[in-house]
Amino acid sequence: MSSLIEMRQISKLYPNGVLANDRVDFSVERGEIHALVGENGAGKTTLMKILYGMEAPTEGEIWLRGQRVHIRSPIDAIRRGIGMVHQNFMLIPSFTVAQNIVLGREPLDRGLVNYTEALRITEQLSKEYGLKVEADATIDSIPVGMRQRVEILKALHWGAEILILDEPTAVLTPQETRELFTAIRKLTERGKTVIFITHKLREVKEISDRVTVMRNGRVMGTLKTAEASETQIARMMVGREVFMVVDKPPVQRGGVVLQVRDLTHIAETGHVRLRNISFNVYAGEILGVAGVEGNGQTELVEVLAGLRPATFGTAMVDGQSLLNHTPRKVRELGVSHIPEDRLTYGVALDANVAENTVVDRYYRPPFTRNGFLSVGFIMEFGNGLIRQFSIMAPDASVPVRALSGGNMQKVVVAREFSSQPRLLIAAQPTRGIDVGATEFVHQQLIQKRSEGCAILLVSADLNEVMSLSDRIVVMYNGAIVGVFPDAQKVTEEELGAYMLGLKKQDPAEMEAYL
Amino acid sequence: MSFDVVLRSILSAAFVGSVIRVATPILLPALGGLISELAGVTNVALEGLMLIAALVGVVISAFTGNAWLGCLIGVACSAVVAILLAYFHLNLKADIILSGLAINIASSGGTIFILYLLTKDKGSSSKLASLSLPRIAIPVLDGMPVLGPMLSRHNVLTYVAVLLVFLIWVFLYRTRLGIHIRAVGENAEAAGSVGINVRRTRYIALMLSGVMAGLGGINMSMGYLNMFQRDMTAGRGFIALAAVHLGNRRPLGVALASLFFGFADALSNQLGSLAIPPQWVQMIPYAATVLALVVYALQGRAAAVERARRLQERLQAHVEATGGE
Ligand SMILES: Nc1ncnc2c1ncn2[C@@H]1O[C@H](COP(=O)(O)OP(=O)(O)OP(=O)(O)O)[C@@H](O)[C@H]1O
Ligand SMILES: [Mg+2]
Repeated sequence: MSSLIEMRQISKLYPNGVLANDRVDFSVERGEIHALVGENGAGKTTLMKILYGMEAPTEGEIWLRGQRVHIRSPIDAIRRGIGMVHQNFMLIPSFTVAQNIVLGREPLDRGLVNYTEALRITEQLSKEYGLKVEADATIDSIPVGMRQRVEILKALHWGAEILILDEPTAVLTPQETRELFTAIRKLTERGKTVIFITHKLREVKEISDRVTVMRNGRVMGTLKTAEASETQIARMMVGREVFMVVDKPPVQRGGVVLQVRDLTHIAETGHVRLRNISFNVYAGEILGVAGVEGNGQTELVEVLAGLRPATFGTAMVDGQSLLNHTPRKVRELGVSHIPEDRLTYGVALDANVAENTVVDRYYRPPFTRNGFLSVGFIMEFGNGLIRQFSIMAPDASVPVRALSGGNMQKVVVAREFSSQPRLLIAAQPTRGIDVGATEFVHQQLIQKRSEGCAILLVSADLNEVMSLSDRIVVMYNGAIVGVFPDAQKVTEEELGAYMLGLKKQDPAEMEAYL
Repeated sequence: MSFDVVLRSILSAAFVGSVIRVATPILLPALGGLISELAGVTNVALEGLMLIAALVGVVISAFTGNAWLGCLIGVACSAVVAILLAYFHLNLKADIILSGLAINIASSGGTIFILYLLTKDKGSSSKLASLSLPRIAIPVLDGMPVLGPMLSRHNVLTYVAVLLVFLIWVFLYRTRLGIHIRAVGENAEAAGSVGINVRRTRYIALMLSGVMAGLGGINMSMGYLNMFQRDMTAGRGFIALAAVHLGNRRPLGVALASLFFGFADALSNQLGSLAIPPQWVQMIPYAATVLALVVYALQGRAAAVERARRLQERLQAHVEATGGE
C-alpha cells in the first residue's frame, strides 16, 4: 500500500537564492506521529509550507493517498484534509474562541450568524478530542496554550485528517506540553496523522513513531524513533557530536551588579503582576528564574529592561537606578536584554541583519561619524557577527524576515552578547533554536559569566535553568516563593513543587540568599 | 440678541431638533467610515465622496425632476469613486491615506468645475431648480408639544440614518460579511487562511463607506440645504472620522459621538446671533472635535491609572492585614 503523503524530490529555491529544500524525499504513513527535526534553517518549515500550499515547490511532486496532487493554496490544502498550526497563530484576537473556530464557515440561522450553534460546535469538538477551551472567551484573554488548542480545533473543524504542527511546544509550559501530547495521541487513535516539528529531542523520543532528520535542505534519513537514541539523532542533525551537558567552571562571584528591592508592577489592566520582588545578581554568576510561564517572569524582565514602568520598588545596576528609564538609557547603564518575544522586541523584520545588530548602538561612534551612519562599517560589523555566531545568512544585507526562526534568534543573541554588558537579561534565550545553536548559546552564556558579567536567566525549560544557573529563584503568582543558593543541589521535583505553588519558603529565611 | 435669549433657545425643544438635524450629515459618513475602518482601510476620502454625491444629486434632481433619482445616482457616483479608491489601494498598492486625500482635492475642484459648466456660477447651484428629499411628520409624535419639535418633521435621511445605526450593528456583528470585515481588519493573514478573500472584503467595505458618505452628501444638498454650495461639507467628512474613534469603533458609540459633534455645530449656529466675532463661533465644532479626541485619549489613560491605584491600595491593605504576603 502506498503512503498517505509522499513528497518526491522536492526542491525549493527562494527568490533570494536560498536553496531551502534540496531534492527532498519525505513520506508519512496514515495514523502515525512523524517528527521532523533539523537545525535552524534546515528547511523544515519550508517543506511543510509546500505541503500546505503556502509555497510552491520549484521542483518535485506531491502524492496524496496514492494520487499526484498540486496544492495551490492553504484553502486547497484544507479541502484535501491537510491542516497546519503555525508558530505565529492565525487567530482574531477580539473574537471569541467559538467565533474563531467557525470563522469562514459560520453557521447561519435565517441569514444571521448563529452564535449559539458556534458555541455548540466548539464544545462538541472540544469534548470529542479532549482539547479544553473556553468557547466564549476572547482570544486575547486566554493563555498561549489554549490559543494553540483553538488552532488545532479550527483545523479539525475544517476536517483535517493530517495535522502539521510547527514547533508547537516552543511556547508551552511543561504541563501544557504534556496535555498536548495526550491530545495528539488521542487524535492518532482516531486515525488522524500528525507531523510534528520540534527542536527538543526528548519530545521526539516521547511522542513520535518515526523521525525524519533534515540538514542544510536535505533529508539525512528517516528512523523508527524506538530504534534511535537522542545522541544519534543529534549527530545526524548537526553532523558532529553534540554535548548536551553543560560544562562550566566553578562560580567566581564578584560584587553586586543588580539590586532589586520590593519591586511591584501593576499592569494597565489592573492585575498585580509583580509583588514585592527583592533579589541581587552578582558579577560572575548566573541567577536562574524558574516558574511556570505567566507567573510574572515576563513582567520582571520587561520592567528591568525599561519596557514597562515599575509601580513601586527600586532596581539598581552598579548603584544607578534602572527603573522608569527609556530602554536606551537602560542599555547605556550596561544592561543587555534578550527578549522572549523576538518578533516584537528582538528584531525589525524588514531591516537587514547588519542594521539589526547595531540598533542599540548605531548612534555612537564608530557606527556614526560626524552625524552620519558609517554604512560600510556597519555592514562589516554585521558580517563579522554572522561569522562569529554562525548565523545562516548569505550576508548581512539580507532582511531578517528571510531568516529562519532560529537564525533570527541568533541575530538577537549576537547583538546582545557583543555589547559588553555588565548585566545580561536573557529571557528564553534558546526558545525555538536547534540543539547545535542551543549548545552555542549556553557556551556563550558561560563565557560571559567567566568574564564577570552578571546574568539573569529566565527560562521555561527547567533543564536549562538547572544546568546553567548558580543560584535559582522560583516565581509563583508574581512573587518569589523559593530560593536555592546552590543550583546543583536542587531536584526537578522540588522546583516543580514550588513552581506549582505547593511549597513556599518563609520570606525572612529567604532574605539571606536572595 | 442677548445672551440669555440664546441660552433659552438652547434649552428649547427646537434646539434639540436642530442638533439632530445637523448631526445627520456627520452620522451618515461616520457609519461609512466605521465600516471601512473596521476592515482595516481608513477612508479619508469621505469628505470628497460627500461632495460628489451632493452635487450629482442636485443636478440629477434638477434635470429629471425626481429627487429620489437624484439621491440614487448621487449615492451611486460616490460608491463608484470609493471603488476607484479601493482599486488604487488594493490593486495598484497606493497608500490609502494619500489616495484618499487626492480624491478629496479632486472632488473639491471637480465639483466646482462641473457646477460652473452647468450654471456659470462657481459658488452655488441656486440657478438650478433642484429638489429636496421630503421631511416626514411622524403621525402621533407630531402633535405632541415637546417631542414633536424635537423628533418629528426631520428629513427622511435623518430617520434612515437612525435606522442604519441598528442595521449596521446587525450587519457587523450578526452577518457573515460583517464578521469577515472585522476579521480582515484585525488580522488579515488569519482571515485569509480560512478562505476569506481579503481584497474582496475590503473592496466591499470601501464601497459601503462610499454609499454612506454619499447619503451624507445628499443629506447636505437635498435636505439640510436645498442646493449645492462649493465645499459645502466643510470638514464633516473628517469630523466623521473623529466620530468613528470617539465612538470606540462601535455603531452606537459612533452615533453618540456624532450627536455630540452635532451639538457643537448647532451651538455655533445659535451663537452666530451674538456679538461675538463669527470666526470664533464658527470654530466651535472643530475645536470641539480636537478637544473631544484629546479628552478621549486622556481619560483612557486616566482610567487605567485609576484602576492601578485602587489595586495598589487594596494590595497594601492586604499586606498590612496579613503582615506580608
Ligand atoms: N520567505 C523566504 N524568503 C527567502 N528565504 C527564506 C524564506 N523563508 C525561509 N527562507 C530561508 O530558507 C531556509 C530554510 O528556512 P526554514 O524556515 O524552512 O527553516 P526551518 O528548518 O524551519 O528552521 P527553524 O528551525 O529555525 O524554524 C533558511 O535559510 C531561510 O533563511
Ligand atoms: Mg521553522
